Amino acid sequence: MISLTPDPIDPNHVAAAVHASEAGAVVTFVGTVRGTTGGRETVALEYEAYDEMARTELERLRCAAIERWSLIDCALAHRTGRLFVGEVSVAIAVSAAHRRAAFEAAAWLIDAIKQSVPIWKCEHYADGTTEWVHHAT
Amino acid sequence: MKRTVLLFAEARQATGADRVEVDLPEPADVATLRRELSRQYPSLASAVERAMFAIDAAYATNATVVPPDQEVALIPPVSGG
Repeated sequence: MISLTPDPIDPNHVAAAVHASEAGAVVTFVGTVRGTTGGRETVALEYEAYDEMARTELERLRCAAIERWSLIDCALAHRTGRLFVGEVSVAIAVSAAHRRAAFEAAAWLIDAIKQSVPIWKCEHYADGTTEWVHHAT
Repeated sequence: MKRTVLLFAEARQATGADRVEVDLPEPADVATLRRELSRQYPSLASAVERAMFAIDAAYATNATVVPPDQEVALIPPVSGG
């Protein structure tokens, strides 16, 4: 399952998408909007996406993870639009026969999503300023 | 040839538009596209320097030829997740 949506993400729904009787392990990662960044108070985040390419990239990463770790299934969901502190921006769920593959795949996926998916985050700070985020490379 | 380039994030903010038209020689590669975008839209120059480009919703290199009929997008440094 791949989802790029302006609607709130339910991590339980994302995890349910990968359930299978052959799975001994289901690992879920949930990314949430943090209240402070670099000592500054965040009021909201605005996520913008190049929709078509973001979906293609998410699908590519999903397939790559399934192949590399022999996953049973993998679900990725990313939100767009305005999010407030505490809301879920991204959810990843993977299922595998054993836990090592599931943990490693989930860790790889969030790093890979941050590196290549055409989605951009704009911080809205409490002092009224806004800033497009550049991940440290 | 005139090509439309989709803009996102800081590039969209720099021009106030979600796309711009750029005049390109034919044939043109992405390196040429960078040069011409910066020249024709100086407000985009710093964004162009930091950006990748996508053609037909797939990442391109500087050597990739810009085809006449596929979607071109300027991809600023991403920050999803």
